[in-house]
Amino acid sequence: MSDMPALVAASPPSEAEIESAWRRVQLARHPQRPRTLDLVPLIFTEFFELRGDRAFGDDPAIVAGPALLDGHPVMVVGHQKGTDTESNILRNFGSPHPEGFRKAQRLMRLADKLGLPIVTFLDTAGAFPGPSAEERGQAEAIASSIKLMTGLQVPVVVVVLGEGGSGGALAIGVGDVVLALENSVYSVISPEGCASILWRSRDEARTAAAAMRMTAHDQVDLGVVDAVVAEPAEGAHTDHPATAAALKQAILSAIRRLSEQGTAELLGNRYARLRGMGAYLETGAGPSRPTEAPSLRRRLGRILHLPGVPQRPRWSDIWPSDGGDDEHERGA
Amino acid sequence: MPIKFPFSRRAAPSDAWTKCPSCDSQVFNRQLERSMRICPSCGHHFRMSVGERIDLLLDPNSFEERDGGLEALDRLGFHDDRPYAHRLEASQVKTGLRDAVVWGIGRIDGQRVAIGIFDFRFMGGSMGAVVGEKLARCFEAALEERIPAIVVSASGGARMQEGTLSLMQLAKTTAPLVRLDAAGVPFIAVLTDPTTGGVLASFASLGDVILAEPKALIGFAGARVASDTVGEQMPEGFQTAEFLLAHGFVDAVVPRPELRATLSRLLRLLPAARAADEQRTEEKPWGPIGALSGFAERLGGAVSETIGIDTDADASGGNGERPSPAAQPAGPREDRP
Repeated sequence: MSDMPALVAASPPSEAEIESAWRRVQLARHPQRPRTLDLVPLIFTEFFELRGDRAFGDDPAIVAGPALLDGHPVMVVGHQKGTDTESNILRNFGSPHPEGFRKAQRLMRLADKLGLPIVTFLDTAGAFPGPSAEERGQAEAIASSIKLMTGLQVPVVVVVLGEGGSGGALAIGVGDVVLALENSVYSVISPEGCASILWRSRDEARTAAAAMRMTAHDQVDLGVVDAVVAEPAEGAHTDHPATAAALKQAILSAIRRLSEQGTAELLGNRYARLRGMGAYLETGAGPSRPTEAPSLRRRLGRILHLPGVPQRPRWSDIWPSDGGDDEHERGA
Repeated sequence: MPIKFPFSRRAAPSDAWTKCPSCDSQVFNRQLERSMRICPSCGHHFRMSVGERIDLLLDPNSFEERDGGLEALDRLGFHDDRPYAHRLEASQVKTGLRDAVVWGIGRIDGQRVAIGIFDFRFMGGSMGAVVGEKLARCFEAALEERIPAIVVSASGGARMQEGTLSLMQLAKTTAPLVRLDAAGVPFIAVLTDPTTGGVLASFASLGDVILAEPKALIGFAGARVASDTVGEQMPEGFQTAEFLLAHGFVDAVVPRPELRATLSRLLRLLPAARAADEQRTEEKPWGPIGALSGFAERLGGAVSETIGIDTDADASGGNGERPSPAAQPAGPREDRP
């Protein structure tokens, strides 16, 4: 379209891009990759897990509680995947139910009340999509978590550990600083889900992973992630303590920086960060107006006051439904 | 101006009829349009375009579109079986819209509102940066003017072609709601068929009041995705408006013919809180003079409304003269003579 200068047709991702993106996805899902509970004891001391949403139950797919970071109390919240079949069943493969998000909300509110900085760890393929989750309001739980986090009066540092999967990740992922491990990924939908919808085949997941630009470095480029934390040479799964040490440094420096800001400044910056997400073009086009008299019949009908001809312009004339534009006149 | 396209608009006579997906009867399109796109034989609510929604919900000639010029950019350089740019263009040609949401300021029975409306035909009503930006501006305008915000949703969720930037629109559209809460400005969500995924997992679930149209598909994960992932069949009536009502996630299921009146009533029952400074200056003594001036205000509002003068500051006053008893509590300053 001539009035869309900045919108050029993209080409499909190259084989090299696909290869590199998929390698990261596999590393992010590596069975030995450090999970939240692997890293928490290495980064913090005295972590005390608190449980339950005080309404329905406890969700082991999210762990949360206070801990000390360099001697200072903070609130830790994170997704928790299992490490083997048994623990994965317990943890529901790291896919939270609504009560998990509500537990997170409860403890983030506690942090807000006490003025504790919050550190969250994202590692989920996504929120659980089954009927039990729908019944208990999965969408509402995610939405209200996001809303709570946008208004927290304490610094929030988010760390993408492995998979940052869609709304289930964002529900505990709204922060002032977002860090990502080098081989983590972050996406709006799993590459398999994206492939099955857009390519109509789950086999195209590798292509979808590249097209969505979901690697940590891509996310920095898009402005979703602020900084990448380097992993040991072969990946975080080869050296948990080194990964934890690097994360600890990054988290500490982020919290120090954020703690210098007053509450108003902190909230203002967070709002501006979220408001600035996404690219769009502000064309000079003015507002639409319903067109006067779109057809001869209607024009004459207005003048002669024929029955069935509306006397005022209608918005449905410019934005009608699919069935064709002037069905109501043609069929008469 | 709407986008103009160089082809005949009267090409296909075959779509003069639409088959009702619910009762299989053939409905004449002209009849559908006259009946608010409700199937005359079974009451199935067909989806509506943005234009039809505006005509349905807002006072004639009251709607002013805002930010109509916003257009999507392809920040990722996304290509599936065709480029994102081509998908956008196809949707623009099909709908005459620039993106999946239109927002603006309008009136419902004289009450000024900031309203955003989705059109499902534009890439499944998916939420990318333009949709997020328009809704955020809609909420910010509601905040600025202290008028209620309304969003009528019809969306498959976040727009995959914009990657995590579309995911971030969940937060971008939700953040202003915290400010509306602090300022005491109401937000009403109207969920229509379908409202799923990231749209439901953000502002649409956060209305102070949430209304839904009958039988609308409303859910977090599409039923197919859910079955794929969980490996079980979803129960009957799962993810309908009625299911959400039964589980406490919507306030009312409202048939389309009653939607406008219901919104109007809620706007009267739940007016924006008066701003702190406004409260001090507007406080009037009880007694005959206060009552009199309240009446004059009401009358003034009504008169200026009928002759089309802007009555922003006192939109609720215009309804005082309506026969409905619900109108009385609308203005706290006038109900205790």
